[in-house]
Amino acid sequence: MPILEMAAKFGVYAVMGVILIFALGVVTLRNLFHCALCLAAALIGIASIYVVLQAEYLAGVQILLYVGAVVTLVIFAIMLTEHLAGKTVRQNNSQSPLAIMALLGFMALIGTVIVKTPWPVTPAALASKVSVMGLGKALMGAYVFPFEVISILLIAVLVGTVIIAKKDTPERS
Amino acid sequence: MIVLPLSHILIFSLLLFAIGLYGALVRRNIIGILISIELMLNAANVNLIAFSKYTSLAPETGQIFAFFVIALAAAAAAVGLAIVLALYRIRKTVYTDEVNLLKW
Repeated sequence: MPILEMAAKFGVYAVMGVILIFALGVVTLRNLFHCALCLAAALIGIASIYVVLQAEYLAGVQILLYVGAVVTLVIFAIMLTEHLAGKTVRQNNSQSPLAIMALLGFMALIGTVIVKTPWPVTPAALASKVSVMGLGKALMGAYVFPFEVISILLIAVLVGTVIIAKKDTPERS
Repeated sequence: MIVLPLSHILIFSLLLFAIGLYGALVRRNIIGILISIELMLNAANVNLIAFSKYTSLAPETGQIFAFFVIALAAAAAAVGLAIVLALYRIRKTVYTDEVNLLKW
């Protein structure tokens, strides 16, 4: 069914465009709360791109961890520091034209590399399917050491975050 | 399965990365910079998944690295926002150009 396939491809490109529009909203909107909402929308769109690339479990993790946890954390931080973000406060520094020029050069360079490189797309890789069981086996087999390192890092981050963010005790201040 | 050309996905993630980098360069608010960094990490994740889908013969590898990136991004967001809150409590500001005590 070529017409159905073409419609599906068009849909994927439309999702990519919407993600880029939301990403532009993240970096240009003045109200930081709107930025966080745009970030949540962009992350959900990226999760749908993962589904297109047949990484369904990763899409679930993305929605749970990013949209569920990180965006909530960001919104908490925005709420706790909110009354600074008034309408008259400048949100960008004065280096915007310079940054745009440098980024255009960067994008031209990397885009040329992407288009010119003959990527070794193999039919064997395209046909392969990743199951959650395979992921678990790889995580407990070949990648067990990075897995343990990540768990130690997460405990360190938990303790460090509490210590940094808690109020100072009276005898110290 | 929908098969897009690999270069289109790479171009998409390049644009996403560039937008995130723009935000990280021009934002004054530290929370805005952290949000932009999350965008850049997501662009890298899209690349990892695309390469593992299109070119790798061990397709779990890219997904597992993407898991690690997500875990590290969550850790970075938690520590960064804790630092922002501590800074706000001490200096009453979240703008990068007003935090210049160590700057010449």
